[in-house]
Amino acid sequence: MTASIIELKASLEDRRIAALAAAGIGLTLAEAAIPLPIPGLKPGLANIVTLLVLYRYGWRLAAWVALLRIVAGALFLGSFLTPTFALSLAGGLASLLILAGAARLPQTWFGPVGLSLLAAFGHIGAQLLLVDVWLMPGVSLIGLLPLFLGAAWVTGLINGLIVARLMQAPQPESRQTVTA
Amino acid sequence: MSGLRPGDILLLLAGLALVAGLLLRAPATADRVVIQQAGQTFLETSLRLDRVIAVPGPLGTTEVEIKSGRVRVKADPSPRQLCVQQGWLKAGEAAVCLPNRVSVQLGRAAYDSLNY
Repeated sequence: MTASIIELKASLEDRRIAALAAAGIGLTLAEAAIPLPIPGLKPGLANIVTLLVLYRYGWRLAAWVALLRIVAGALFLGSFLTPTFALSLAGGLASLLILAGAARLPQTWFGPVGLSLLAAFGHIGAQLLLVDVWLMPGVSLIGLLPLFLGAAWVTGLINGLIVARLMQAPQPESRQTVTA
Repeated sequence: MSGLRPGDILLLLAGLALVAGLLLRAPATADRVVIQQAGQTFLETSLRLDRVIAVPGPLGTTEVEIKSGRVRVKADPSPRQLCVQQGWLKAGEAAVCLPNRVSVQLGRAAYDSLNY
């Protein structure tokens, strides 16, 4: 009897996606450990990874990394297929769609901060929409809008500044060592 | 490759304006007036109808006035007149005329988990 071997060929791109998604998952988990006063208010640090990937490797890889991070992060936190997961997925998809458009904006005018801000607003917008139509229909969320949009503004700005800062750092390839 | 580019600053300002605008026009949706007498709800009503409501208490009659979307305690037999001096109530506030055991609360329509 011969052992059957299933070999998965992981391309360089696959490894890259996996490594970057892992970075995003790490940030998601670290963020989940921070106690926050209001459910739904999070710094969204994992979006830093998404934005960096968008700038370095393009939108397709950014979408892979973001969606993998959302699914795997939910598995780790035990929220897979719960409303929390639905909210996270809705926010992720919305910000990816917005980034797909925003990435085409002239780069001399719009940098990481602008993209981060747009993504943050898309993120919270989709989440509030989902809450409004599905999770809590009939409750007026308009009173909460300033709070959540204000938070998105702050986190979008801070994350964008972090991305801008990280982009000035040397590319990871130049200092990466081969371990496998 | 500096951090902030012109478009970014425009977006930041637009976002800030949006948040500020929402904050300023955030509707004070307080439209429910709850008048209690001796711990029991005497009347629960909206702010839409202008009128003066007479609430009987142990010291006499407390008059609650609703006028053009606002509410106040107009007259009260209590000695220190604290609830009268409070004037028109803001959203979420309550005027309590303790000696006459009358309270007027201005709040929003209550939603709770039973609504779903």
